Amino acid sequence: MLHDQSKIRNFCIIAHIDHGKSTLADRLIEKSGLLTQREMQDQVLDTMDLERERGITIKAQAVRLVHKADSGDEYILNLIDTPGHVDFSYEVSRSLAACEGAVLVVDAAQGVEAQTLANVYMALEHELEIVPVVNKIDLASANPEEAIREIEDFIGIPAADAPLISAKNDINIDLVFEKIIAGIPSPKGDENAPLKAMIFDSVYDSYKGVIVFMRIMDGKLKKGTKAYFMATEKMYEAVEVGFFGPGKFVPCDELMAGDVGYMTASIKSVGDTRPGDTVTEFERRADKPLAGYKSVNPMVYCGIFPADGAKYQDLRDALDKLKLNDASLQFEPENSIALGFGFRCGFLGLLHLEVIEERLEREYNLDLVTTAPSVIYRIYKHDESMMELSNPSDMPDPSVVSRMEEPIVKAEIILPSEYIGAIMELCQQRRGEYLSMEYVEQTRAILRYELPLNEIIYDFFDTLKSRSRGYASFDYELIGYKESNLVRLDILVNHELVDALSFVVHASGAYERGRKIAEKLKKEIPRHLFEVPIQACIGSKIIARETVSAMRKDVLAKCYGGDITRKKKLLEKQKEGKKRMRLVGSVEVPQKAFMSVLKLEEE
Amino acid sequence: MKPGMGVYIHIPFCIKKCLYCDFPSFAGRQGRYEAYKNALIKELEASEELAEAAVETVYIGGGTPTALPAGFLGEILEAASKRGLEAGAEVSVEANPGTLTKEKLEVLRSCGANRLSIGMQAKQDRLLKALGRIHGWDDFLASWELALKAGFENMNVDIMFCLPGQTMDDWRETLCEIARLLPRHVSAYSLSVEEGTAFFELQRTGKLKLPSEEEDRAMFAEASLELGKIGLRQYEISNFAVPGSESRHNCRYWKREGTLGFGLGAHSFWNGDRWRNSYDLNEYVRSAGQGRKEGLARPGLRESMEEAMFLGLRLNEGVSAEKFKAEFGLALEGVFGSAIHKMAALGLMENSGSRVFLTDKGRDLSNAVFLEFLLD
Repeated sequence: MLHDQSKIRNFCIIAHIDHGKSTLADRLIEKSGLLTQREMQDQVLDTMDLERERGITIKAQAVRLVHKADSGDEYILNLIDTPGHVDFSYEVSRSLAACEGAVLVVDAAQGVEAQTLANVYMALEHELEIVPVVNKIDLASANPEEAIREIEDFIGIPAADAPLISAKNDINIDLVFEKIIAGIPSPKGDENAPLKAMIFDSVYDSYKGVIVFMRIMDGKLKKGTKAYFMATEKMYEAVEVGFFGPGKFVPCDELMAGDVGYMTASIKSVGDTRPGDTVTEFERRADKPLAGYKSVNPMVYCGIFPADGAKYQDLRDALDKLKLNDASLQFEPENSIALGFGFRCGFLGLLHLEVIEERLEREYNLDLVTTAPSVIYRIYKHDESMMELSNPSDMPDPSVVSRMEEPIVKAEIILPSEYIGAIMELCQQRRGEYLSMEYVEQTRAILRYELPLNEIIYDFFDTLKSRSRGYASFDYELIGYKESNLVRLDILVNHELVDALSFVVHASGAYERGRKIAEKLKKEIPRHLFEVPIQACIGSKIIARETVSAMRKDVLAKCYGGDITRKKKLLEKQKEGKKRMRLVGSVEVPQKAFMSVLKLEEE
Repeated sequence: MKPGMGVYIHIPFCIKKCLYCDFPSFAGRQGRYEAYKNALIKELEASEELAEAAVETVYIGGGTPTALPAGFLGEILEAASKRGLEAGAEVSVEANPGTLTKEKLEVLRSCGANRLSIGMQAKQDRLLKALGRIHGWDDFLASWELALKAGFENMNVDIMFCLPGQTMDDWRETLCEIARLLPRHVSAYSLSVEEGTAFFELQRTGKLKLPSEEEDRAMFAEASLELGKIGLRQYEISNFAVPGSESRHNCRYWKREGTLGFGLGAHSFWNGDRWRNSYDLNEYVRSAGQGRKEGLARPGLRESMEEAMFLGLRLNEGVSAEKFKAEFGLALEGVFGSAIHKMAALGLMENSGSRVFLTDKGRDLSNAVFLEFLLD
């Protein structure tokens, strides 16, 4: 096929979770005639089980479709899938930067949601053409007119002729193709200019090394090209270039301006192929890199420890493996008095944390103990030096600290109006600063708050969902740091500091939180042969105290002939249970206690 | 001289299963009594181990042995005696009120039974009902009188505390009756709720209200005090006796002396081996007591030493350092020194040098102590 940029469309699909992004992608792939119905795997784009279960896409992927338009012309449509969660917003932004347009999928029954908005705003920032489609029109509860009105009022883009489709039941999918071709501009790169290709993702393959996903902006890339990565300042000779067939990589001779494809070059680590980096030719370099590159840094940290100390090496190996494909995952060894050897891990956000945790447990069969997540605080000392604090244990003595700052996010919550009161109350409780509220329609509103990140990393999302009966949707972005009156809350069990339970909290919430943790621990720590005091304190000041009273009775009343083997087994089981506890001084603390203090449910 | 032995004979039948019972026993299988008795007698007759030993104690337990007809009980006792009893052997039978008749008691006496253990459990009919017992207080009294008349002098009474709905006053009343009857032996059991029982289900669903740990211990202390007043001294975690009237059979378990079990699911410990009979009634009857030894295992040195501790420490006299050394060839202090010191420091144990034993507090928390004596 002759290379003709006017016959290329590079686009992504943006949608709120569950609005049908993956189903539409499947349908488009199926309709392009490259796959038979039988080959269609459900939701081709999402390959990881975990993603499928959660209905979200974690790693961006891409697929090249060949579509014969009504005009008879064949078009190459590169669909670039984007992660659907704010934790991965930088990855999303790079995927968007690889496109000229976006198909916006809105659920005909649900309308516009917080994530839809966040993604649309981001797409508009990248100057993408937006092609709205209304999905799930065949649902009994569908209200396409309302959805169209919301798109127009809320987002401000015309949607009167948006295709009304059902991706699931294959209604009006052809209209989507036509809209993509008509509504999204073709790429307009300079094929003769020096190579400029933007990396938007990469995956590690044990045979080929890193497979770098990129969009060629200008120039050409072929096998043997000496590719120079401008941010990392590394040079690799391309071993293979190709494009994305459905579910597989298809090698080709060269990629040209406007194309979306991949290269391999025996690269060892995805850390060397950063999203947003510009790839150029070593000997004929572009004069400057593409705009928009930044190195992503973790926002949330926590300690991850193997429940069985002997599994430390296994945990390290598993993290190493995950890191191969996830440059944003950071970890370094940490040694806790209470939990032994483990790792301090950095994540892009809470979802990222949960995904990694689940993958460690599921794919690597590890039993983990995780400490309370912490954000990065900025601590200014009297000498005006600043340190970033991600592990509460490292907090310096208050006497040397002149002030502290904490990260602040701007949160957008879309919710049915009847829950406004409850959710505003929640935001106030979490030290939120009210910014604005808009009614989208009579029964729905967008609530905007500035919230400290550390207030939303524990159980904000769960609480939001429960207080709105699941109807509120939520999105946030980091907007900066603000000075704050923060203290470190420590927990003493039988007068010994449990380092894994320390965390940083705003002074105003310290008493409440200390009290709740002490109460919770009292329930979790079994009775011992002696009394076990549990204290919450700030510095040397005790702010809450509970006591696990001493065990009074632990007797096998009957033990005769027939019972000896069985009673012995009972004792052994009891002892095994003790072994699984963590020893803090002379107190056995069940692992579950470390986790349960993370979830201090209200009521 | 032949080594001494205790013989346990299990009768897995009851009129009705108590709500807390997790022993192998069945209600309403009268049709199987005879076949079971025959299998039991065959097993006694065929036992090779019995030929090697001098039987010092016989214990017929259950279930409710006295659920069986008098004739069957007599046959079983005779089959056991035929294998040879030492002079002065202790021959105990467990009995429940509501199943005892003058005739049964006389048969038991004439066939050599010299000790009776009666399940009284509580004075209050409402508590007996709550436990799922078939008897009331009057039935117990009647049985007690019949047993005395039949000539039983050495008798045990089982009583229970920490029962659902039981108050300290109820317990005192039960103890008061004991003081009036003056048995030589009392077993006072704190109710334990075992998996697979009706009580377990009730507890799981939050429908079983039991006294607190504190009340439980207060009840135990009360028993210890009141029984002491009538000359009964605690010699094991749940057992009190007039000195000299301790259950010789049960002491064999705690001292790890040889015992052979006959009947359904009965356990044996002989020549260093432990094994048990089948728990399947049909299989037991079919094989007429000639089934294979299930779970046959020979505890190793470590396991044996652990057993010696968690069984021996149940007795108030504790574990003798000299006996331990003689049996295992290792010094008690050397093997368990750190556990002993740790427990002594917590006031749960004492070490006189010649023997280690639990304190009162140690008995309250005996499981926690025993855990320390499991070797890693």
